[in-house]
Amino acid sequence: MDTVLRFLTCGSVDDGKSTLIGRLLYDSRALLVDTLEGIERTSRRRGATAPDLSLVTDGLIAEREQGITIDVAYRYFRSGARTFIIADAPGHEQYTRNMVTAASTAQLAVLLVDVRQGLTAQTRRHALLADLVGIPALAIAVNKMDLVDYDPAAFEAVVYAFEDFAEASGLRARRHYIPMSALLGDMVVERGEHLPWYLGPTLLEVLERTPVEDGARDEPFRFPVQWVCRPRESTDPLLHDYRGLAGQVAAGTLAVGEEIAVLPSGRRSTVTSIEVGGVPREHAVAGDSVMIRLADDLDVGRGDLLVRADESAPTLARSIEADLVWLDPAPLAPRRTYLLRHTTREVQARIEAIEWNLDVATLERVPAHELAMNDIARVRVKLAQPIAADRYEALRDTGSFLLLDPATWDTVAAGMIRGAR
Amino acid sequence: MIAPRTHLDRLEAEAIHILREVAGQCQNPALLFSGGKDSVCLLRLAEKAFRPGRFPFPLLHIDTGHNYPEVIAFRDRRAAELGERLIVRSVEDSIARGTVRLARPDESRNRHQSVTLREAIEEFGFDCLIGGARRDEEKARAKERVFSVRDEFGQWDPKNQRPELWRLYNAKVPAGGHVRAFPISDWTELDVWQYIAREGLELPSIYFAHPRPCVRRGGLLAPVTELTPAREGETVETPWVRFRTVGDITCTAPVESRARTIEEILRETAATTISERGATRLDDQTHEASMEQRKREGYF
Repeated sequence: MDTVLRFLTCGSVDDGKSTLIGRLLYDSRALLVDTLEGIERTSRRRGATAPDLSLVTDGLIAEREQGITIDVAYRYFRSGARTFIIADAPGHEQYTRNMVTAASTAQLAVLLVDVRQGLTAQTRRHALLADLVGIPALAIAVNKMDLVDYDPAAFEAVVYAFEDFAEASGLRARRHYIPMSALLGDMVVERGEHLPWYLGPTLLEVLERTPVEDGARDEPFRFPVQWVCRPRESTDPLLHDYRGLAGQVAAGTLAVGEEIAVLPSGRRSTVTSIEVGGVPREHAVAGDSVMIRLADDLDVGRGDLLVRADESAPTLARSIEADLVWLDPAPLAPRRTYLLRHTTREVQARIEAIEWNLDVATLERVPAHELAMNDIARVRVKLAQPIAADRYEALRDTGSFLLLDPATWDTVAAGMIRGAR
Repeated sequence: MIAPRTHLDRLEAEAIHILREVAGQCQNPALLFSGGKDSVCLLRLAEKAFRPGRFPFPLLHIDTGHNYPEVIAFRDRRAAELGERLIVRSVEDSIARGTVRLARPDESRNRHQSVTLREAIEEFGFDCLIGGARRDEEKARAKERVFSVRDEFGQWDPKNQRPELWRLYNAKVPAGGHVRAFPISDWTELDVWQYIAREGLELPSIYFAHPRPCVRRGGLLAPVTELTPAREGETVETPWVRFRTVGDITCTAPVESRARTIEEILRETAATTISERGATRLDDQTHEASMEQRKREGYF
């Protein structure tokens, strides 16, 4: 069975993320000849003797000019039976929002640490953000071992420091520590000859062995309605009364004949058919994009949520507690009304209270009246209309939201629901 | 027991989700359909997203006037079979209006498509354009969001992209701007061919191996046509070739191949050592960042 692992690489600037991805692709023979020739050409022009593997992912003009990564680059490769989708996230604090973008869909984070620098504020921030969005596994790549003569004590110092930090901040992710030199290729794909004292898996082995759950099948059924199909102008009389609810199953399973409830209205009906492109099927499971038809002609539209009548229901909430990551250069204005986007539903929202703002360096929860870009805070949000909310750790799709600024329609914050009433 | 879903099933479901987000969030979208293999996949995905209803958007093609006639015929036939509206706007008309000026009459019209596209957006008031670009094609594309905001000049600002988390796509834009939506962002070239094989999709004939007069130029095969004659000193040969990507005649090169069926193409694609654009684009090799520059100017 083919599996897919989405992972991101993160960590401080200059810890060698782009070089690591270049090495991973190069050593697993995933780089094509012309890409490689382009890199070799550029490296030679700049006076380097070996190909500069960081050029594989730094694709923007500004990135090459400044030698940094600004935005997430996506790369694809296969090894054995597994397809990998890599999101290379930038290290600069200024571009943290791009890191959060990559983290929100990842199943594993490769966190780079320069063995000489140890944990920086940005390493901690990325670890906290990865944990906050619920990434279940962390591979801590202790890089640049070649610059400390492959000294095991230097590696262990990073491991101890990170474990202390993980305990203090309550990190939940499984952790793997790998000493490596991305530049020279030790412990990325090949073991190399410099780290005989390290007996654990290489990075590629960790990536290949990390379990990927086919997610939310065992959870209660959740189906946000995206669009309603009403082919009224059709000349086919069979289609005259057709009303299909189009969406992607966020969690759980549904079968024809089962009873559903529509939220927030609470009205109930029975599923008469499940279709894809007009072709019927018996079931829909988490991840499937389908069209659902009901026995009764209920008033259902975009923004409504279908759940199964025999399963636990989400909370219809007018007030939520959430962890919020502020992503916009303009700070949060507490008196302003924002548009909250939850599944396919949009409601007006105001931040009623900031309960604390997390100091990334000390892990202290400090009081705050304002939030600036990259802040991680616990807030209480008041909603003009109810949303059908789950807790984020229970159900991701119905437990997450965005805040949009009504002046620009930009996405200014991302939220994870921790409580609802 | 419900069967587990394959990688292609997941890619398909995600793409359908993205198409429906366009339908749910945008007032006046359009889907770019060129007759090429990626947009052929988009049409099948739109059928799965919206049938038995009609597509909630028209199809749009920006025609440079320098396309292979087989592809244009295929484009028209496919739109008619689907019963969907096809809008064609031509670079030729922009030249006549004076909004596109060619430096030389035989200059490639590929980059001038951006102007004609912008004019079409203004004419119809489109607020979203759906395209078949993939992140594995090129380094600048690898950095682009699924929903990519463009200003009123159609420009992409790569340093100022919106955060895009989970499956919560934000298609809202201030007046005058629009978004571009890329439902198959995470598909690779191999995924596209596997999907074409699985769904039994029809393609223009030039995707399959055929003999074609060509010259060798800069390590690539350049097709010899009325528009692109052989230059002095070049020898015309007639190798068996197929196109991996289909676009403007002046900048798309075929590759040598004997693959006459999808299965044979799949075998070649799985074993290839050269990237799709590297093997086929006569315009990308001039500068390391040519795609980014074109995108900043409003290119797809």
